[in-house]
Parts: sequence; C-alpha cells; structure tokens
Amino acid sequence: MKIRIKFTKTGNMRFLGHLDVMRYFQKLMRRAGVDIRYSEGFSPHQIMSFAQPLGLGDTSEGEYVDIEVYSTGSSQEMIDRINRCSCQEIKVRRFVRIADETRRSNAMSNVAAADYLILSRTKPLEEEKLTAFLSQPSIPVLRKTKTREAEIDIAPMILGWQPHEKGLLVRLATGSAANCKPDTLMEAYERFCGDEPEPFRFHFHRLEMYARREERLIPLCELGEEIEPS
Amino acid sequence: MKTYYWTSGSFAGMADFHRWIAAHLAAGNAYGANLDALCDILTAAHDLSITLCPGWDRNLGSMAAAIRRVLLDAAAENPELYVTEEPPFPEVQSTGNTSVRKLALDDTLLLHVEKPARYTGGEINCVHKEKKDIDIRFCMCFPDVYEIGMSHLGIQILYDMFNRMEGVWCDRVYSPWPDMDALMRREHVPLFALESQEPVRDFDFLGITLQYEMCYTNVLQILDLSGIPLYAGERTKEHPIVIGGGPCTYNPEPLAPFFDLFYIGEGETQYEAMMELYRQNRRNGGTREDFLHACAFLPGIYVPSLYRTTYREDGTIASFTPTLEGVPTRIRKEVVVDVSDTCYPDRPLAPLMQITQDRVVLEIQRGCIRGCRFCQAGQVYRPVRERSLEFLKEKALHMLDSTGCEEISLSSLSSSDYSQLDELVCFLIDETRKRHVNISLPSLRIDAFSLDVMNKVQDVKKSSLTFAPEAGTQRMRDVINKGLTEEEILRGAGLAFRGGWNKVKLYFMLGQPTETDEDVAGIASLAERIAEAYYQIPREERNGKCQISSSTSFFVPKPFTPFQWAPMNTAKEFLRKAYLVKDAMRAQKNQKSLRYHYHEADVTILEGVLARGDRRVAPVILRAYEKGCLFDSWDEHFDNEKWMEAFREEGVSIDFYTTRERSFDEILPWDFIDCGVTRAFLKQEYEKAKEGIVTPNCRARCNGCGAAVFGGGVCFEDKN
Repeated sequence: MKIRIKFTKTGNMRFLGHLDVMRYFQKLMRRAGVDIRYSEGFSPHQIMSFAQPLGLGDTSEGEYVDIEVYSTGSSQEMIDRINRCSCQEIKVRRFVRIADETRRSNAMSNVAAADYLILSRTKPLEEEKLTAFLSQPSIPVLRKTKTREAEIDIAPMILGWQPHEKGLLVRLATGSAANCKPDTLMEAYERFCGDEPEPFRFHFHRLEMYARREERLIPLCELGEEIEPS
Repeated sequence: MKTYYWTSGSFAGMADFHRWIAAHLAAGNAYGANLDALCDILTAAHDLSITLCPGWDRNLGSMAAAIRRVLLDAAAENPELYVTEEPPFPEVQSTGNTSVRKLALDDTLLLHVEKPARYTGGEINCVHKEKKDIDIRFCMCFPDVYEIGMSHLGIQILYDMFNRMEGVWCDRVYSPWPDMDALMRREHVPLFALESQEPVRDFDFLGITLQYEMCYTNVLQILDLSGIPLYAGERTKEHPIVIGGGPCTYNPEPLAPFFDLFYIGEGETQYEAMMELYRQNRRNGGTREDFLHACAFLPGIYVPSLYRTTYREDGTIASFTPTLEGVPTRIRKEVVVDVSDTCYPDRPLAPLMQITQDRVVLEIQRGCIRGCRFCQAGQVYRPVRERSLEFLKEKALHMLDSTGCEEISLSSLSSSDYSQLDELVCFLIDETRKRHVNISLPSLRIDAFSLDVMNKVQDVKKSSLTFAPEAGTQRMRDVINKGLTEEEILRGAGLAFRGGWNKVKLYFMLGQPTETDEDVAGIASLAERIAEAYYQIPREERNGKCQISSSTSFFVPKPFTPFQWAPMNTAKEFLRKAYLVKDAMRAQKNQKSLRYHYHEADVTILEGVLARGDRRVAPVILRAYEKGCLFDSWDEHFDNEKWMEAFREEGVSIDFYTTRERSFDEILPWDFIDCGVTRAFLKQEYEKAKEGIVTPNCRARCNGCGAAVFGGGVCFEDKN
C-alpha cells in the first residue's frame, strides 16, 4: 500500500540537510513502528521517496515523502503515532493512501510547482521593486550545468506571486519539465535591483507542493485519500 | 488561441483592470467598463484562455469576487472561453524560522560554517529542564568534533546519569571545527552548550572527557573559547569547576594546571556525592577553594592544586606530596562493582545529522581478562565485570525502540570472553531481524563460533575479517603476552576462506620492548602464510584473489602497563622498521595479495611525551596551542613543526619522556594513583616480558594483580 506523508520542517530543523532528513525519517519510521516495506536484496532499505530537497537553512510547511507499508492504522492514528516519536519541529500533517496507478510517479517525480514565502534575513524586500521585477515579460538568467552555460528565461516559471506582510509569496515551476529554484529567482531580483547577490540573505519557507492533473495544479496530498478508522 | 495569465502584477486597481479589458479584449469596440460589459465580451469571445494565477486579484478589492463569478459563468456558457483558476496561496501558518529554542548564533553566521547542525543540538532524546527546577548545571564536553564526540558511549552514560539526578541539568559541548572557531573569535561569541545554547562559562561544572592524548590542545580551545582562564589557579567563583575524566586521567599530570579536579575511574559512583557537596558548600557560603578542598576527600577525586611535585637534578621526580594536612596521598580509582545494577541509558541521544558511528552501543562488560602487556585499558579497567544477560536484553530493546537506530554494536575489550555471548547474540539476531537492524560485533576472536555468528548477521555481504596479532613472531607475541598463536590465526583464516571471505585485515605494533629486525620482518611472513593458506584452497572453491592488508602502528608505552618503564623508539627507528616491513612484504611470493600501511611517526612521539609526561609538559601544550595547534589527532591539522618549536621554546626535552628507560625505583608522575593493579605486579610482568614468559588470563588462573581489592568481578567468579 502506498502512503503519502505531508510534513513540516521548521525552526532549528532548518539546519538539517536533505540526506539527514532522509536518515531522520528512517529512524522515525522505526521508532513509531510503522509497518514499512523494505527493499529486497543484499542491503535492504526502507521504500521511501522524497519530493524536491529543501536547501540548508530553509523551512517548510509542505514537505512530502512517499512510503510503502504492509499495514496501517487510520490517518489520524498514524499521524498521532508518528508525531509522538518526532521532534517538535518535524511534524506529520497528512497521512493519506495514494492509488497504485501513481506507483511509478512517486512524490519525487510528481511535483510541478511549489509555493514559497520568501523572507529577507537582512535588507527588507521592497514591494515596488518586486512588482516591477516580477512584471517583466522575460527574466533571463544564466544557468550553469557541468558542461555548459546557457541563458534561460524564468518568467514563464513564475506561476503566481503576491506580496506578503513578511515578504513575498511566490509559486514556482518545480520538477523535471521546468524548474526554477527560489534562490535563482531572488538572485535575479538582486541583480535587477543593482545589488551584488548577498549569500544567505533569503530564507525560503516552502508552503506547498503541487502536481499537475488535467492542466490544474493540485496539492500533492490531495491526490490521496484519508484512511478511515476500521 | 489568445492566452493570458492574470497575475499579481496585472492590475493596479479597478480602473486599470477595465483599461486592460478595453485594450486586450474589446477589439476596438466600445467597452462600458462595468461587469455587464465584461460579461458580454467574455460570452462572445473566441478562442480565449485566461489563467487566474494566485494573487491576481490583490488590487481589485471587493470587486474581485464578482469578476471571478463573471469569468466562471461566461466560461460555462461559452465553449470557446477557457478559464483556469489556479489554487490560491495556502494560508501562512508561520514563517518557519521561529524555533522552540533560540540559537546562540544568527542564521547568517551559522550558514557560513560547514555542517551547522553540529552546533544546534535538539537531538532525539535530548533533555531539556526548566531553570526553576534546577540548581546545578553541568556541561559535558568531548573535546573533538561533534561527529566523533556524539559517537562516544561514555558521554551517553554520564549525560543520562546526570539528567536522572533531580535538580541537575546536563548539557553538552564539542570542539568547534576550525571554521566555527575562527567565526566565534571574530564575532566574539562565547562557546555555548547545545541544548540550552547558553555560554559554557555560566555553568556550575564543565566536565571534559580525555579519551586520547592528542586532544589536549582542544581542551585548551574549549576553555579559551568559553572565556574560562586556562590556568585553574586564575579562576574565580564566576567560573565553572573544570573536571577531567576518562582514560587519560590515569596520568593527568601534563594537564594538571588546567583542571580543578580529575575524576579517576568510572563516573557512575561519585558524581551524586559531588553534586551534594557542591550544594552544601553553596548553602554554607563556602568558596571555590572550600569546595575543591572538600572534593579531595571524595573517593577517586584528585585535586591537582593540592599537590606539589619536586624534581631531582636529573629531572626525575623527587617527591609528590599533598600541600595540605590530611589530603590523601594516594587516590584509588572508582569502580562500579555490580555493572548490572547501575545506570545505563534506555533512551540514548540519537543524532539528527550523520555522525561517525551512528548506532546504539551495548556495553556487555568492563575490563579484559587477557592482560596484554602493552594495553592500558586491559590493566586500568580491571577487574572484568560482566553485565547480566537480562540487563543487556532489556537495554538493547529499549535503546533500539527509543532511537530507531539501524545498528546495534556490542562493546567490550574482548567480546569473545563474555561468558554468555552465544545466548546474547542469538537473542539479538532474532530481535534485530524483526526490526531490520544490523548487529556489529567488534573485537571478536575469529573461530568457528564467531564465523557462524557473522554468517548469520551479515547474510551475503562478506566484509573483511580482522585479526590483531600485534606482533609478527611468536617470540614477540609471548613478550607482549598476546595469547594468539600463529596456528590459531591460520586456522581462523582458513575457516573464513572456506566460508567465502577473501579479505583479511591484520593489526600490528612496531617498537615494542625487545623487538628485533627478525620480529619486524616476521610481520610480512605471517601475512604471506595467510595468503598461502588461501591459495591452498582448490581454485573452484575460492572467491577470486585474496587481499591481506596489514597495518602497523607505533608503540607508545602507557602508564599502568608493564611497559610503563620501557624506552620508546625514536621517530627514525620507527620509520626504519616500517620500511623494513615494506621491503619484506615486497620479497614475498604472494606480494600481489599483500597490502601494507603504516602511520606517521611524529604524532606518535608526541603522544609518547603526553602519555608519560609530568607537570612540566603543561606549558608546552599551552605554547603549542597558542601557536595554533588544534585537532592534533587529525592528520590534516597536525603541525609537528609548531609542536617542536613549543618544546624548544619551553626548554623541555622530548627524549627525557620517550626514549629514556625508567628505573624501577623512579617515582613516576602517576604513582599517586591506585588503579588496583599493583606496581609489584606490573614490575613482575615487565620482567617476565623480557624473558618471553606468558601469563595466563584471569579465568585460567588468578595472577594476583591486585584488582581483587575492589571486591567483585572475575576475581570472585566461582567463589561464593
């Protein structure tokens, strides 16, 4: 049975790198006694796949991991059980069953977009400049790969934005088809403002991740269904 | 098809909205700039797609809802109009960066260092206490980087023990890595403990575990970054009491001036009494000196400031005496007699980031019956005391369930000597299989039983097998009392080879007393004979080529071993011997199956000085630290030249502490410590070593070493 877990990673857990989060969940599954499936073979590991890694220092209210289990309690039961064994700053919010048809399209490859609240750790963001920056018909940035450098336009990857009292809300295309990382966006913003990009200036707080279904964006957890108590 | 995305920046207000409609959708016709007109345009539109991106309506105020309604109604009626409404931004629950514990450092600083999770604490099972509920704060320190310190069992035991005490809150600190060290100095951030994120200098106690000599400069770094005066004599009531513990306290003298107290022996026994003494002293308005003085009367506690050393002209010690009437002249190490009735964590700390050895550790016994003559642990942890099977089973399950670790490791100096190993391992195999947990069994003798066990726990993956013959010839193994014969090694290897293993690791030591070039070359011939044993197996039954890896370390004589009087080799001599092994390996028939690795010699010499040094070595450590020496146990940080300068500038001779043979009547710096094993026994063992006479292990026969004085363990087995 395939399960999709939505969880938060906030506060001091922002200093936990992606690999450490994976290790954290492996231990968490054992502590909570989740009846998780292990791979076959010489060194069996838990069947677990994470969507879109989060950068070091960043936080989230909408992280996802897909697992496979042999048996499970109800969604609420499992959320309670896992959260009792987890630290305060990594908490499970949803625990839903996802259909087997998505077996091949796991959390990792499902993602089409992600929402972020972008906060500045230093100089505050200016709404006027943001509006001017985001309203440009095209935003060219240099993307370096191992072998070459290419100019790409990230404007079409900005799927929505809205100033927020604390910073900027933005929805970015994410995943294999088109991918714009929030730091790429904000580096372009700094250059637009005529500033030299300042390392670690921005804190990215991810709010949600979406898959695209019939031309619509749907939060990843909405692709699953609640498990009712039996 | 015309496609439009309405975004947060599309419309500055309603007027702007209508202007946009007129310009883009009205196609030159008059547009009434009201919703009815909008409805008409949309219902009549051809091939038009409008996507409402989140935030599109932010400037449209109360009209937004009506516009949206018009769009959706028109789309329902007009098949040539497509309106896609993307989900709105979710409500922001928090900004994510407010944490339950405020950190000592800002994000902008923390993110500049490698692995910031080293400094943020909050591990699974860490303990947080309310300040109103506590009156003593103890900071436990492992003076090396977080990943090493967090892998250490002793800290786990003591952390758990202190936090079980009412009114005491134990926190932890590890050595800041050089990048963090530089940042803290630059930003004037005092060293802080992990759980509370509060300065170490505000604690009542700072306990530093001394596991190896090469961490001594790191000890000074801890004090320095904390803002605690390096010399104990300069500390005031504002500063924590600095306590040292761990194996290096069996000769604490090179660090004596930097510590207020040393705890000699096992930590489980006296800390409760010490905390009580501290409270009492505080209630009575006593001073720091009053407290230290009182501690001198606690069993196992050494207060270096209350003792004075004088020296003869030849540099040896003339006297070592207390400066105050009544202070004990000898300090006996502390021992937990019943190790099945003592504290041991049920819920050990489980780190969040990757550490060197991320596993739960089950200490099955303390001490070792073997009595290898080079081994300090084998003497100072006497007598051997086993934990009961019931105790171990219960702890193993609690620890696995509370941490979720994927590995459990048995810990002891010689696991094969644990009398109920068979039963324990069977139990663990059953339980770990259910939990998908691995078992690690270090320090096992290689025989039919252990190979069978390894087959069960490792399934298919056959990693290499490890033997520690420690010396290449039987003569030399008799000298060091390593009760492992060549026959046993070859038999074990043969069994393993037939069982599918093809890699063997061998550990040796170079430079032990009486060693000849023949003994040195014997290392290569032993490796060769193991390789030959492999190639004697019919080709079809073996698994490709074999790989016999030998590695040598250089021998450092340690206090409380029979070799404590012995001269140590020079760096030149060490390296000559290493080259000798290397050449001998090349001369072997199966040289292609043999690998050889040796360590650097410089750091060994230094370890030799610190291991058997006295108080006059302390200024050298300080000077080396001031020159920038830190993380000396890390090859990439060790700077021998700076250390050599420090010795020269302090006028301290290295050879005096390393290559000099001590006479039996010399007062050794650590003679005031009583570890149970008597000086007479050690002397007798050294003499037997020189003659190549072996001493049987504790279970075969009691040799009267003196450890029976503690009234427990192997000394009293089978005796009611």
